[in-house]
Amino acid sequence: MAENKHKLLEVKGLTMDFGGLRAVDSVTLEVYEGDIAALIGPNGAGKTTFFNCITGIYNPSKGDILLHPKGLKTRRLNGLKPNKVTEMGLARTFQNIRLFPDMTVLENVMIGRHCRTKAGIFKAIVKGKGVREEERQIVETSYQLLEKVGLADYANEFSKNLPYGAQRRLEIARAMATDPFLLLLDEPAAGMNPQETSDLEQLICKISAEDQIAILLIEHDMKLVMNISDPIYVMEYGKKIAEGSPVEIKDNPKVIEAYLGEETE
Amino acid sequence: MVTDMLQNLKQSIIVSLWFVFLTFPLMVVRVNTMNQVVIWRWMNMLWVAIGAFVLSYLWRYMLARQQTGKQVDDEGGEIRSKTQLLLEDMSFRYKAMGFILLAALVFPLVFDTYQSTIMISALIYVVLGLGLNITVGLAGLLDLGYVAFFGVGAYSYALLNHHFDLGFWITLPIGGILGCLFGVVLGFPILRLRGDYLAIVTLGFGMIFKVVMENWDGLSFGPSGIANIDKPGFFGMDLNLANSTIYIYYIMIAMVIFTILVTTRLRNSRIGRAWIAMREDEIACVAMGIDIARTKLSAYALGAFWAGMVGVLFASKTTFINPASFTFMESAIILSIVVLGGMGSILGVILGAFLLILLPEYMRAFSEYRMLAFGAAMVLMMIFRPQGIISNLRQTYEYKGSKEKTNNG
Repeated sequence: MAENKHKLLEVKGLTMDFGGLRAVDSVTLEVYEGDIAALIGPNGAGKTTFFNCITGIYNPSKGDILLHPKGLKTRRLNGLKPNKVTEMGLARTFQNIRLFPDMTVLENVMIGRHCRTKAGIFKAIVKGKGVREEERQIVETSYQLLEKVGLADYANEFSKNLPYGAQRRLEIARAMATDPFLLLLDEPAAGMNPQETSDLEQLICKISAEDQIAILLIEHDMKLVMNISDPIYVMEYGKKIAEGSPVEIKDNPKVIEAYLGEETE
Repeated sequence: MVTDMLQNLKQSIIVSLWFVFLTFPLMVVRVNTMNQVVIWRWMNMLWVAIGAFVLSYLWRYMLARQQTGKQVDDEGGEIRSKTQLLLEDMSFRYKAMGFILLAALVFPLVFDTYQSTIMISALIYVVLGLGLNITVGLAGLLDLGYVAFFGVGAYSYALLNHHFDLGFWITLPIGGILGCLFGVVLGFPILRLRGDYLAIVTLGFGMIFKVVMENWDGLSFGPSGIANIDKPGFFGMDLNLANSTIYIYYIMIAMVIFTILVTTRLRNSRIGRAWIAMREDEIACVAMGIDIARTKLSAYALGAFWAGMVGVLFASKTTFINPASFTFMESAIILSIVVLGGMGSILGVILGAFLLILLPEYMRAFSEYRMLAFGAAMVLMMIFRPQGIISNLRQTYEYKGSKEKTNNG
């Protein structure tokens, strides 16, 4: 890992307890500028809980989540509300797709612009020049994002009518509409066929390269993870058991054990 | 298809025979105790058979049609009814709006005071429906105590008028703002509640309002209410009953237009989109950077605003109010207007209000059956058209270079 890269997210000893169950056990993780980091691990390892802690849906029991936006001072995310975390520049998608089904594709993306625009109630009623200009910009930016993920043709369809793969891509576009510098993708390739997965792979690389957005993704598709991500973090039973480049992870005996079980003599 | 039809016919015949059997002692046999003879009314049996058959067949036919309609929808095919296409046609819409406005303006000049009074109460419910539509239809927050805000508006005018002699026009915004404040007061404790729990708390709020108004004699004069409330002044002139009704009618028309304008703009704004997103998925909504607390409070406050304002007008129209006007039944009717009209659809809510208020009014001829017919109509509506009279039109945006056209439903 190059030392001159800017550190964006720093998670130190994050622990999350649900009653007696320790879902995440002092996990430490760092995401640098330009990274496509991956978090892998068997089902129930606590990956999504980890995401939920970072994005403010859960308040972690212990540990620090520090965000270092470029050119701004460091912010501690513990206990912040999810909308504040998003405002700070950290957007996410969901494992089980959570779109707004009865809104159009474009409107879904427009929602993402909410925290970057400010027309209030009175301004919306009066609908002056400033508000109309703002609305126009919201539509424009949203359209451009749809073009980027290849959904511009569906802009005025209800999002519930989209095919599965397109819904996943729409979620990414919606998250990007919040102008994040770090994007958390929770199993973006789940349920996709090989073609869709390879499209997604390209899309993620494009986002990382063109928009300078760092990415942290949870994924079970090992091919995708090994192709694009570096570093990879591996979790099992709430603990981080390994981290490193794809090659290091592939040969790590602990990781093999976690996925395939212990070798018997 | 043919086998389906035969199946339907067969089933309907069975239903019809079963009804004949069930109603036989009631409808056919009549014992004349005076002459000790039994009268057999066979014609009644025939009517029951035909009636049951026709109803049953229609019922099956409609259900089947609805089912096939759904199947086509599931395949992703875009099924849009003619009315929907017509509604999206802008030139038709402007023409229709112009015509309706003209009709609304000449209405009190053509018809008598009685008709105007009925129309005023329908228009009051239009505004109430549009207000509740913000809370329930757009933001998805079920509110069973909406009438409390209506009461807040009415009582604020009645009391300010009684104690301080404040006029209608000054109190109109005050009523709206007080409604708003009560909306926020109700909003705070229920920020964390959802679904059933939310419904129960709002129901309780509505009850509390009524009970307080009934028992706090010092403030509200209890169940006997407040009488002799001033009608809206018209540049200091005294109007007779007919003229003041016409005057209130025009105020009401202006208020409805104002409400439609403002709610349409709100819905198509950033705020309105946040409400709809909150209705669709709260977690996703907050993850997209929307402040849920603020969005919920604004939905309650703005919904309550209209109720407060139209409450002032209600008090000035009836010149007498007491807690009996603000029962749960009123909340239920307003909610039915929103659900029946189509959640979130402004045109639907307006149609719903007219249907629900005017039909019972004009069905007075069938007085004792009208509530029965009303209930049956609601049940049928929910079975065959659960999305309401006008399902929400989607809003489309066109983007070409820097030009953008919006098409508001």
